[in-house]
Amino acid sequence: MPERKIRVLIAKPGLDGHDRGAKTVATVLRDHGMEVIYTGLHQTPSQIAEAAAQEDVDVVGLSILSGAHMSLFPRVRAELAERGLKHVLLTGGGIIPREDMEALEGDGFAKLFGPGTKTDDIAQWIQETMRARWTEEEVEA
Amino acid sequence: MSETRVANHSKTVADGRRLWEEALREARLREGNFTTISGAPVKPAYGPGDVDVDYEADLGWPGQFPYTRGVHPSMYRGRLWTMRQFAGFGTSAQTNERFKFLLDHGQTGLSVAFDFPTLMGHDSDAELSLGEVGQVGVAVSSLADMETLMDGIPMDRVSTSMTINGPAPIMLAFYIACGENQGVDPKLLRGTVQNDILKEYQAQHAWLVPAEPALRMITDVMSYCADRVPQWNTISISGYHIREAGSTAAQELAFTLANGFEYVKRGLAAGMDVDTFAPRLSFFFDSHLDFFEEICKFRAARRIWARHLRDEFGAEDPRSWMIRFHTQTAGVSLTAQQPENNIVRTTLEALAGVLGGTQSLHTNSMDETLSLPTEKAVKIALRTQQIIAEESEVAHVADPLGGSYFIEAQTKRLEDEAENYFQEIEKRGGMVACTEAGYVQREIHRAAVAYQRALETGTKRVVGVNCYTEDLDAEPEIDLHRIDPAVEREQHDRLEALRKRRDSDKVRSELDDVREACRSGGNLLERFVSAAHAYCTLGEIAGVLREEFGEYHEPKIL
Amino acid sequence: MAQRAADIAEGICRGHKHALARMISWAENGDPRFPEALASIYPRIGRAWRIGVTGPPGAGKSTLTNRLAMALRAADKTVGILAIDPTSPFSGGALLGDRIRMEERTADPGVFIRSMASRGSHGGLARAAVDACDAMDAFGIDFVIVETVGVGQAEYDVIGAVDTVLVVLCPGAGDGIQAMKAGILEVADVLVVNKSDLDGADRLMMDLTETVHTREIRREGREVQWEVPVVATQAASGDGVERLIEHVGGHRRHLAEGDLDQVRRAKRVQHVRRVVDERLDEELWGPRGYAERAESGLRSNATPYDVAEEILSSVLGSGLGKTAEQR
Repeated sequence: MPERKIRVLIAKPGLDGHDRGAKTVATVLRDHGMEVIYTGLHQTPSQIAEAAAQEDVDVVGLSILSGAHMSLFPRVRAELAERGLKHVLLTGGGIIPREDMEALEGDGFAKLFGPGTKTDDIAQWIQETMRARWTEEEVEA
Repeated sequence: MSETRVANHSKTVADGRRLWEEALREARLREGNFTTISGAPVKPAYGPGDVDVDYEADLGWPGQFPYTRGVHPSMYRGRLWTMRQFAGFGTSAQTNERFKFLLDHGQTGLSVAFDFPTLMGHDSDAELSLGEVGQVGVAVSSLADMETLMDGIPMDRVSTSMTINGPAPIMLAFYIACGENQGVDPKLLRGTVQNDILKEYQAQHAWLVPAEPALRMITDVMSYCADRVPQWNTISISGYHIREAGSTAAQELAFTLANGFEYVKRGLAAGMDVDTFAPRLSFFFDSHLDFFEEICKFRAARRIWARHLRDEFGAEDPRSWMIRFHTQTAGVSLTAQQPENNIVRTTLEALAGVLGGTQSLHTNSMDETLSLPTEKAVKIALRTQQIIAEESEVAHVADPLGGSYFIEAQTKRLEDEAENYFQEIEKRGGMVACTEAGYVQREIHRAAVAYQRALETGTKRVVGVNCYTEDLDAEPEIDLHRIDPAVEREQHDRLEALRKRRDSDKVRSELDDVREACRSGGNLLERFVSAAHAYCTLGEIAGVLREEFGEYHEPKIL
Repeated sequence: MAQRAADIAEGICRGHKHALARMISWAENGDPRFPEALASIYPRIGRAWRIGVTGPPGAGKSTLTNRLAMALRAADKTVGILAIDPTSPFSGGALLGDRIRMEERTADPGVFIRSMASRGSHGGLARAAVDACDAMDAFGIDFVIVETVGVGQAEYDVIGAVDTVLVVLCPGAGDGIQAMKAGILEVADVLVVNKSDLDGADRLMMDLTETVHTREIRREGREVQWEVPVVATQAASGDGVERLIEHVGGHRRHLAEGDLDQVRRAKRVQHVRRVVDERLDEELWGPRGYAERAESGLRSNATPYDVAEEILSSVLGSGLGKTAEQR
């Protein structure tokens, strides 16, 4: 059986054009053996959720530097839920104040990463989390 | 020069060098990568033989071709640089208040930051604007917002810089119309509109329409302003965003100047004389943490531009040869960890900008990796510039580092790297082709990933991030500046009221005229000014442009 | 989340996109539930027309795929896109960025886009790609477009499985001579010269037209010729795309006039072979422990051929002619 790969969607919601972080993280996740779908700039929450559905990804990572995270992140979460994608590991990063991170982490986001995060740490966290989930699934099956 | 050459080869100098090199081989060195922040290796010391410059041809005195040492003979003895802090958030009324605060504290020019909907040509009440109104800048959806923004500020006496690109010609039209309503002759308006669309496709990514119609609008602005708004800088060709997107210093230099050359070519192709528009082209660079490399970058930029404008494009007016530029300290160099350290970083970067001969300067606030800057942080940033200007005594002498072996060698190195890029770009069909194919973006991305690797492997050290770290969970003791969600509702109400009160027949006919000019090739800025007076909104005018010219789509980079 | 094969099959019949997406993941991962799900939707397969788009990097395949999808949507056809990008040989990961080029199509409910990495295994890519096409076909999609970079045997295998193959070239980048050397032209049902506004496009058109070949099918017991057309397009503006679609339609009629079932069945045989090869490969070198047997054989100084013969006879019994003879 071919090896199962972690599939990740990296998306930039909203109008903010700062994609340095998103593209760097996408590249680093690829270098950690993941299959990374990068959807480009200026995506609406429904476009992101639709892409996540069609690509059947395990992880959705959002990047935002515009300050609109408290509006856009929950909308992405809701659009995913609407498509029955509650199982998707939801994460993200950008210029997000700590208290907002905490609020979002209590609202469907597994973990958010702030400025200065090591990309390797992000990759490792995804790998560990997904490995644990898959083991759990196997046990259930 | 000939004396220097003789000295280079004199026996004593050569002996000294040999002895030094021998001593160096014996010396124990610290661990680490001895490169610039851009990854260019540097020698342990520079001396005669490391650089070959001809003083008259390569440097010249300040104010003399090729302006390596500065564009003015007196430099900061004549006038200090303009302290121009970029500001903007929330509604136009809130930003107006911040502008007055900054002017009261000694700032000498305004610089407007717009929110993302405005930067992308959407009104505050558009569906795509949801959640973004007033977040990273001020929302300006029509002339009415511009009038509030400039309320009580004498537009004939301040110079205003507007950082906007895709819809830049529309925003400039709002500004001109606003001045007219204040009773100010457009001939007296001073300022800059960024209007640099190529670097938007390459790095910053706030665009409106594809490259060709966007470039046409830029030449429309250049020709309109040449006669009617002659003190306005029609474009600010920006390396800042290219650098912030991850480029090296040499890439910032090369891509920015190559974009500049492209605009010159477009102006010439539109039938303008280079000396009618080139003096109004201004530049905008990043000042990053590598103190010397940045100073050399500014010096190299002046030399390259002067040479190309005179020798390649045949400009005869010395003002066409001179690069005048604004500098902003590097936002990417700021850290969320131990944010107070950012004051020190910004000071070093600001000093590099000043020693590099900048015409104006923005210093970042220490809290910008966390949110919009607070008033206190903005004030410290401004005071940083004032301390450099008033206390450090560095502003008395033009290009104080000129003639340093290291500085001259590195200036030359950056110039050579830029020239190599110009050749590569030419080979690939020019800057528009390189941008549409994603070449520039991929070069920047590669550099960004390399820098990130260096950071994570520890070859690049950053205090508080990968060395001298403190408990990561410690809450930064810094107040956050938040945008009240009420801003969005307020903007909706304002727009709704505006749409009711204006003459809708007039709006329709103005928008028709814009459409007609899109097709016929008439000057679009002229139409935008007229449409602004009728209170057509940004989104309405931009909407016509999108319908007529189509939307820009980014190429695949990864 | 429904995880049983029956649920996924039912989801596909009901038009649930996430069921389709999950079935494609099963195909990619070689999940044992895939064959079971396929069995229940198999009768629905065969209605979609499958178009392959290949050519050298930089020829404009993604942009052309986007334009094809746009034109097909304008004709009210539903479209599935399978965009294949290479897996990094160093990390085993992949960057799949083709959705960027699909622009507004990503927001169109009549378009389903799936990115697929080529991954490592030999026949695995083509097997997964055909399986994905089957799933989209059963879902009720009218046109499935498979886009792949024309390098390597695995990609050729993918392209060989579709109904109509478009080979996209452009002046300069992947020029005609190079393409001919690479043998890429021989798989084409339609040749496309994209970026036809560039210098050298006329020359490329001429070169290709001169070397144009015919492909043959059997119809009512005799050979029928298909003359491979050369079409000029500018994917960036959409020029020539309508004509390209007409040629695809022409090729479809051409095949339909012949024995389409026969042509498709021949391709299915290849698919069966891929499944068998892949399964054998996994079985023999995995749980059955033939790797260890080979190792111990070699340890006792047998040649690789001797070891191989021993393994083959053990797997196939005495049915293998050569083995029997030697005995």
